[in-house]
Formats: sequence, C-alpha cells, structure tokens
Amino acid sequence: MRGRMWKLAIYLFLLGFILNLLGIVTHVVVSSFAKRWFGKPLPPAFTTDWFTYAWREFELSHVLFITLFIALAVVFIALAIGFPAAYVLARRNFNAKPVLLLLYFLPLLIPQMTYGIPLATTLYGFGVGGTVIGVILAVLVPMVPLAVFILLPFFEQISFNLEWSAQMLGASRLQIFRRILLPLMLPGILTAGLLVLVNTISNFELAFLLAGGGSQTLVVALYYNVFAGGVRPVYSIDAMAVIYMCTVMAVLLVALRFVRPTQMVFRLDGRRN
Amino acid sequence: MARIRSDSRSELDLVAILCLTPSLLYVLAMFVYPFLYGIYISLQPKKRDAGIFSNYVAFFNDAYQCNTIKTTFMLALPTTIAVVLVALFLAYGMRRGIWFERTITTILVLPISLGVVFLSEGILGFYGHNGWLNQLLLAVGLIQNPLELTHNSIGVIFSLFMQNFPFCFLMLLGYISGIDPSLESSARMLGAGPWTIFRRVMFPLIAPGLIIAFALVFVMSFAVFPSAVMVGQPAGSTRTISIAAYQQAFEQYDMSYASAIAVIMGLCQLAALVVIVLVRRRMTIATTMGVGKR
Repeated sequence: MRGRMWKLAIYLFLLGFILNLLGIVTHVVVSSFAKRWFGKPLPPAFTTDWFTYAWREFELSHVLFITLFIALAVVFIALAIGFPAAYVLARRNFNAKPVLLLLYFLPLLIPQMTYGIPLATTLYGFGVGGTVIGVILAVLVPMVPLAVFILLPFFEQISFNLEWSAQMLGASRLQIFRRILLPLMLPGILTAGLLVLVNTISNFELAFLLAGGGSQTLVVALYYNVFAGGVRPVYSIDAMAVIYMCTVMAVLLVALRFVRPTQMVFRLDGRRN
Repeated sequence: MARIRSDSRSELDLVAILCLTPSLLYVLAMFVYPFLYGIYISLQPKKRDAGIFSNYVAFFNDAYQCNTIKTTFMLALPTTIAVVLVALFLAYGMRRGIWFERTITTILVLPISLGVVFLSEGILGFYGHNGWLNQLLLAVGLIQNPLELTHNSIGVIFSLFMQNFPFCFLMLLGYISGIDPSLESSARMLGAGPWTIFRRVMFPLIAPGLIIAFALVFVMSFAVFPSAVMVGQPAGSTRTISIAAYQQAFEQYDMSYASAIAVIMGLCQLAALVVIVLVRRRMTIATTMGVGKR
C-alpha cells in the first residue's frame, strides 16, 4: 500500500514536470500565432503575420544561415581533430593519459561563463572577436572534448583483432583507416556529429560573448530581442522563438533516431556515454 | 609481441603523437592559455599606477560588486538542494525501471536541448503576471491576487531548476540502477524495512554519486547568466557574479577588472568543489567505520 502511494507520488511529480514543460512550450507557440493577447486564457484571433514580420525584421534568413554555417563548421572541425585523438586515447597506454583525459574533461566541467570571459578577451585581442570565426573558435572549446568523449567508447568497442588481421594481411595504416575503422566507426561519427550539432545550435554563453553584429546565432539574436523587451511586439519574439525551437527539434528528432537520450548527459563515472 | 608490454610503458609512436597534437594544441591554445592570460591581465589594472591586486581590492571593497557573490550563492544553493533532493527521490523510486522510460527520458532531454534562453522566454509567458498559471489559480479561486513568479529570484531558481533537474535526474537514474539489486534483496531477507534499506544499504552506496551530482549542479548554477537576466531582476535582486563580470567586460570595457571577477567566480566554484570533496571523504570514512563496527 505504502509502496503504491510512493509510486503514485513519483508519477504525479513527473506528470507535473512534463505538464509544466508542455505549458511553457505551448504558451510560446500560441503567443506566436496570436493577433493580440492580453489577460485571456486564449487569444481572441489568430494570425501568421508575426512569422513574416519576424523573418523580415530580425533578418532571420541571414541569422539562420550564419547559425547553420557555424554549426556545420564546428561539427566538421570537432570531428576532424577529435577523431584521431579519441583513437589514440582508446587504443594506446601512456603515462600522461589520465592528465590528458582530465584536461579534455575540464572544458565540459567548468561553466562556459567562467572561462568564456578570458577566452573572449584573448580572441578580441587577436582581432577575431565579433566575427563568425571568433564564434566558431570559441564554441569549439567544449565541442572538441565532447566529440572525443563520445567517440571514445565507440573505438573501445572495435576489437583490436580486426586491425591486427588487416595489418597481417598487408594493409597499410591508411588502408586500415579507410577500410576498417571508418566503416565501423560510422555510428559513432554520426552520434558525435549530431550531438555536437544540437549543442552548438543551442549553445548560448560562448556564442553570446563572441558574437558581433553580423555573427549572431539564432539563440543569441533571440536573447537580445527578449532582453530589449518592449521594443518589438512580444508575439514576434515568440515567433522567432518558435522558429528556433523548430530548428533544434528538427535536429533533435533526427538525433534521437540514432542516440539514446541518456547519451546527452554526463555519466557519473566521469565520462560521457 | 606488442601486447605483452606492461601497462605503464608508453605506447606512443610518431603517428599517435601526430594524432593527438591537433586537439591537444587546441585545448592548450584556446582553454589553458586564455585561463592563464585572464589571471595575468587581472593583475594588470587599467590604471597605470595601481598595485597589481587593485582590481581584487576594488571588488571586495565595493559592496555593490561584492554582494554579487552572496546573491549568486543564494540562488545556486537552494536550486542545487532542490534539484538533487527531487532527483534522488525520483531516481530512487524508479531504480527498477519505469513505464514509458524512453518517452519520459526523451521528454526530459527536451529542456536541455532547447536551452535556457527558450525556456526563460516560455517561463515569462506561462508563469508571468498574466500567465496561464495565474489565470488558472485566479479562476479556481485559490488566490486573490496574481502571484509574482517572474522578474525576481523565484523565477531564476525555477528556470535553473528546469535546466538542471533533467540532467541530474538522468545522471542519478543511471547511477542508482547500476547498483547490484541482490544487496537490496539480501537486506530485505534479513528483515530490513524500506526505510532501513535506504538508510543502511542504498544511501551509503548512492552517496558518492550524489555528491558528484551535487557538485556539478552547484557549479553550473553558480555561473547562471541568461536566466538571471531574462527571468530575474538583473539590476537588483538577481545581479549575479557573471552579470558583474559581463558588465565590466562589455559595458565598461575594463577587461582587466572583468578578468579579475571571472577569476573570483572560478575560485568560488573551486572552493565549493573542495568543500564538497572534503564532505565526500568524511562520508566515505563514516560508512567504512559503520561497516567495521558490525
């Protein structure tokens, strides 16, 4: 009896949490379609004008282009330099390995706001602050380690024997990479790529600190508009938020076909899943 | 044969080093160097004649700046305690697996992926002065005047909770379901009730993971920036330390002072981590002694 009450309480809480989440999301969506909405449960009239308004006034085609460009560049670079590093960390033993793992883990552990300000200072000093390149360089700081830690267990699953057999049969290193490792690692590369993509699109702190006028990503532009509250109609800001949500959800839906949801959070053994 | 080598021997050859170099260089150049550079310029105040620690002295002498530490702490600590307790309660109740596990975890991942900016915008609408929650409570007659849940510290704590709870819950769920279920059955066979099982068997096993989760959530909450600005009152009751650092850097253009504040923020997080690690050590000693006594 007591056990059942306990279970009930748990499910009620989860239900409450999910309902409040749905309420928050739905409110933004409803508001983005509202003509005028004040103090009523539902707006009296609906319109899609705010989407065209937001698209035009916030230059969303440009912002979306910048966001996708930054995200794809980050995914490509993070995979290109994370892949070989993950291979060595999974396959070789050396004295400095624990130190190296800790070093790669720190950017994921330390809040981005803490290291973002010195990083922004440095990058502005190099003259890339406020540019697209600056944003890419900054967002890569947590994304390279993220790619490494996602790829690591995928490498560990591939048996040593496959590489040795290939080597015995006379394959060169390049051939082993192209014919053995790359095909077997495709699921890992896909997982890492998608998670880096989602995280880059929704990354706020670093993109915010480095973004200038022409290099704002979608979420940064959204922040500035909420922050400047009152300058623009709230419905148009919500329309922008809905466009942002759809972008993230599209990537997320693809990602969830390949990735278990729990892969998106830390595991307590100090490594990402 | 290559495999008979002992573990401690280095297996780095030229190719391995070449593979590691790009990522290592990146982390060193973009993470370690800025950190050291930040500490360095925080000791080079804007005013020429000032002493090297003058930024730090200025911060701690200025109540307006110095209070941000307290403000941040008062936001981060309640959030962390609430997140960890609720997550522990839920994850413990669900350690044997749950209905619709995949659906629930997917929905929980949503707020993490949407990010705090979107969540805050939604919270402003849903929990705001004229939001759905207030309308509902007024219509039911539970309250006479609308509750003020946004643009104050309640809003920030709530936004932080939404952002950190799923993360902590999924972490603890993974950790607790990894504990050998036979320990619990043995305890039950020996006549322990649910409460005794939790206190004597499960909690000591969960404690190390719980403390790591606590540390992670606290450090993340301590750096709160977007939600403190959007759902909080950034000029007053929720002026957190990261807002102070941001204002110095991008409104006053005093990078030296801003770096000093960032260093202080990092040190606060480090101090919290040290305290948590010490507590963890004490707790592990206590549990081993408890086992020894029996």
